Amino acid sequence: MRLRFILSEVMQGLRRNATMALSVVLVTFVSLTFVGAAALFQMQLGQLRESWYGKVEVSIFLCPDNARSKQCAAGPVTDDQQAQIRDVLEHGPVSGLVKKLYFETKEEAYANYKKTDSQGIAGLLTPDQMQPSFRVKLNDPQQFQVVADAVAGLPGVEVVQDQREIFSQLFTFLNAATLVAAALAGVMLLAAGLLITTTIRLSALSRRRETTIMRMVGSSRTLIQAPFMMEGAVAATLGAVLAVGALYASVRYVVGGWLSSAISWVPYIGEADVVAVAPYLIGIAVALAAAASVITLGKYTRA
Amino acid sequence: MIRFDNVSKVYARGAKPALDDVSVEIERGDFVFLVGSSGSGKSTFLKLILREERPTTGDVFVAGRHLNRLSSWRVPQLRREIGAVFQDFRLLPNKTVYQNVAFALQVIGKKRHVINSSVPEILELVGLAGKEKRLPHELSGGEQQRVAIARAFVNHPPILLCDEPTGNLDPGTSVGIMRLLDRINRTGTTVLMATHDDEIVDQMRKRVIELRGGQMVRDQDRGVYGMERV
Repeated sequence: MRLRFILSEVMQGLRRNATMALSVVLVTFVSLTFVGAAALFQMQLGQLRESWYGKVEVSIFLCPDNARSKQCAAGPVTDDQQAQIRDVLEHGPVSGLVKKLYFETKEEAYANYKKTDSQGIAGLLTPDQMQPSFRVKLNDPQQFQVVADAVAGLPGVEVVQDQREIFSQLFTFLNAATLVAAALAGVMLLAAGLLITTTIRLSALSRRRETTIMRMVGSSRTLIQAPFMMEGAVAATLGAVLAVGALYASVRYVVGGWLSSAISWVPYIGEADVVAVAPYLIGIAVALAAAASVITLGKYTRA
Repeated sequence: MIRFDNVSKVYARGAKPALDDVSVEIERGDFVFLVGSSGSGKSTFLKLILREERPTTGDVFVAGRHLNRLSSWRVPQLRREIGAVFQDFRLLPNKTVYQNVAFALQVIGKKRHVINSSVPEILELVGLAGKEKRLPHELSGGEQQRVAIARAFVNHPPILLCDEPTGNLDPGTSVGIMRLLDRINRTGTTVLMATHDDEIVDQMRKRVIELRGGQMVRDQDRGVYGMERV
């Protein structure tokens, strides 16, 4: 009986305030889409970082012929020096950090370069102009500096390069973009909260006659307030569901359908990630509505 | 049933008290008129009984409860034992007569079969049988007030508070409402009625409590409206 009563009151309230309810739905929809997009973007970044950092290497470039840098003043790297560097990496204190080590000769460097060269520059170069290098894969890419310090001063080493540096700026930029999205989402959530508050207040005012009578005949405060709370919660949850739907569709069709075939060398998030985010979005919507109810209802439906 | 012990109510600090040291006891089954001009404290008196206000000093007891100590979540239980009728009827305009009365039972969680049997019974009692499907605006003022009384009494509360129930009605209609209240009183219900209507008070010859400036100036069995008319 009571449940039926509450539900019919909720439906009536939503119908009566249809435009307000719709605006609550839309604002929560947009704001939660932002929140969800920011979260998914972070997940995507995490995947990229994991996959790229797994592939990147530390390159220890050795002194080539005709080197001009100070480290190579003594001339090109000798076999002895090369063996010493290898020894440090394979048996020195940093050997535990090294996952894989291989040596790239001048000729291999030339061949690799030729493979990626699309402008015909390789034709202007000879293998002798290339630089031999050690390529080191680390167990933990974050430990780059320790390995770099161990070999940087050794004779025959010109420069130590961490390929992560190439990506780190990109990631900094992408992180900043996520932050902007999150900040926008925050503002939108605030707007959604205020709108829900207003909606509940309007609804309570428009049904003051009913609530006065309910108070008078001794119905419990829960029963008086529940319809208003649920109105806000239903509208906000509807917005959250729409947001989840929009995110799901864009991951499925934009990321899964188009992006992954256009740029195939990047690992992408999938529908499962949207499903993982969904409960949080719905939780935020319900929490928002609950907070708005608590703020509003005390004043308008006192016992 | 209702007892005030040295009750005072001051709304704003330093203001003149709305009720000033009132002590009175109303027994079960009494019919009491509460008279006095506007601002004499009648409304405050009723609000204290409904626990819409708390006394500044003194103690209020209603239906065996000490209202000063009643926690707010128990207030609904108190109000289920008090029916209330107002000058402006306070009916829901979009609900029929039947729905208006049933609403009072729905919102206190009564079962459907209870509602189905109590509502027609009370409508019969107040003389509205056959008008269940009318909307309030299709009824006369007297009939609307009967609906309000039906709603207040459908749960058979031991106390019925009436705040100027005949204030908007013509004398002939008022007599009908008073007969109905008298009938309800005879079932053992305590009726407390605040009124300005001297003719009714004089006719009914019931107990009269008069307030003036927040003080109780008269408590008289089988009284009339104004002392000067005795």
